[in-house]
Amino acid sequence: MRVVIAEDSVLLREGLTRLLAEAGMDVVAAVADAEQLLRAVGAEQPDVVVADVRMPPTHRDEGVRAALVIRQRWPATAVLLLSQYVEERYATELLAGDTRGVGYLLKDRVADVEEFVEALRRVGAGGTALDPEVVAQLLARSRRRDPLARLTQRERQVLQLMAEGRSNGAIAGQLVVTEGAVEKHVSSIFTKLDLAPAETDHRRVLAVLRYLES
Amino acid sequence: MAATSATRQRVRGVLLAPVCAQAWLATIHLLANLPVGLVMFVPIVVGVTLGLGLLPLFLLGIPVLFLTVGLAELFARFERGRFAVTLGERIADPRLPRADGEPWLRWRRRRAMSAASWRAVGYGLLLMPAGTVTFALTIVLWSGSLTLLTLPAYNWALPNGGADLGLFTVRGVAATILVGLAGLVLLWVTPYAVGGIAAVHAAAAQAMLGPSTARRMADRVGQLEQSRARVVDSADAERRRIERDLHDGAQQRLVALAMNLGRARSRYDEDPEAARALLDEAHTEAKQALVELRDLARGIHPAVLEDRGLDAALSGLAGRSPVPVTVEVDAGARPSRTIEAIAYFIVAEALTNIAKHARASRASVVVRRLDGRLRIVVTDDGSGGADPAQGTGLAGLADRVSGVDGRLSVHSPAGGPTVLTVELPCES
Repeated sequence: MRVVIAEDSVLLREGLTRLLAEAGMDVVAAVADAEQLLRAVGAEQPDVVVADVRMPPTHRDEGVRAALVIRQRWPATAVLLLSQYVEERYATELLAGDTRGVGYLLKDRVADVEEFVEALRRVGAGGTALDPEVVAQLLARSRRRDPLARLTQRERQVLQLMAEGRSNGAIAGQLVVTEGAVEKHVSSIFTKLDLAPAETDHRRVLAVLRYLES
Repeated sequence: MAATSATRQRVRGVLLAPVCAQAWLATIHLLANLPVGLVMFVPIVVGVTLGLGLLPLFLLGIPVLFLTVGLAELFARFERGRFAVTLGERIADPRLPRADGEPWLRWRRRRAMSAASWRAVGYGLLLMPAGTVTFALTIVLWSGSLTLLTLPAYNWALPNGGADLGLFTVRGVAATILVGLAGLVLLWVTPYAVGGIAAVHAAAAQAMLGPSTARRMADRVGQLEQSRARVVDSADAERRRIERDLHDGAQQRLVALAMNLGRARSRYDEDPEAARALLDEAHTEAKQALVELRDLARGIHPAVLEDRGLDAALSGLAGRSPVPVTVEVDAGARPSRTIEAIAYFIVAEALTNIAKHARASRASVVVRRLDGRLRIVVTDDGSGGADPAQGTGLAGLADRVSGVDGRLSVHSPAGGPTVLTVELPCES
């Protein structure tokens, strides 16, 4: 998998480069700001971009804006944004179009190397990776509380993991249950929330997010 | 649409001018000037002349003047009340407050010799003649317009074949109708004229019954000094809190982390299993330190507030709150950074308090811009009984609010609900 990294802190940039190389990925460019990032993506056409939200010159939301440009100009390139804080608003902006090949994670998640690499692979393969904290914010902010309240504790956990972009297998592993049990929960959730059943993972994420936002 | 409805409202206001409450309150005010002026004039004029006359006689006049000034102040107080009721004109109380531990007599003497008290005496003397004029003008305006308006109905019955208006006598149908129309116009002009006279009276009263400009400025400087001192204090307190949070949180965790890494390194060769366990511990501590630093940094200044404004920042806050919160922000153009930050921290503190103390099942945050002010209302359905004087967090916020000339009020009866209202100046 070919990766471009954009991160202004040298320490983190080097660390990420090494971490991803050790995980067997091909880091084709590592840059320090959004402008260089767009140039690198244009030149290298990578499978996936890992970018920080705050970068020079203004240290505000350069990463988010660059991500939106990349998704528009190079739809085949997936984007995983890393941020010191996750904010529901940025997530909403990122996911406004399609949830395919989008990730938005807290920087802290890099510390759990295996999980981080797994999330990056998922995004690179066209999946979704949303930070649990973003999902929690979306769930808490959803106006449609009454149907959500009808979910069982387990179903809520499954819904949360599903919204983060995980597959049934991954959810089963996380909750230590069989995949069949997860499938049963998923279909029960879709029935209770009155959603049309969806086969692929990213369509499920889309359905759940649209539901939470509406 | 908005423009046409505004125009329609203005036309309606003009059409209904002669019957609107404001015009009649002003009329009542101007008519009352005469009797009120008379009541005030007599005792004050007697008191002043008697007091001055008796001065050479062993200073017997002094207590008389003293009493007269006291009486004038009472009248002035009544007048300030009357202005507030009839014209909605607020006049600040200019009387000198009693200093701490000051003897009653000295305070009274200081007050009696102040310019404000003597301006009140002057007002008491002037209201009677001025009131006579306003009374007469008001009567003439209203009765004149009504008389002219109804003239066509009875002009034919008058002796000499018409009304004698001094300059000319109204004769013939056309002239009668013309005069009737003039009465109609006068009837619509009268409310504005009455309002104008009342405004002049109010301006004079502001000057004579209110605090002098110098005094007003001095009061304002006093307020500003106090609020500035409080803002400095709360900034200091905030720095101390950040230092303590860093010291108790992330710093301790990093010490533990470095220690565990050191132990892992020294054990690495002889006992790799133990070293691994220590590394696990260090990993957990590092992640925990990150969480604490993130929370702390967000508490100092949330980045999203800068990037996306109040709506986004407050949505994030609501999303992190354990109590379900609805957020409604309609701030129009973005307020200044200072105002946004204060608004954000007020809501943050309010939601923290709700989560900690209120036992609420839901809360709402509404932010609106009204006439150059940003109004923030935070409501919860909890148990109430919140007191801004007790929670240090809320008191610190009240200081920041007063630092920008804003207002903060908490309405929280026992049993709830609690409503926190904050208004911040916010020029667009």
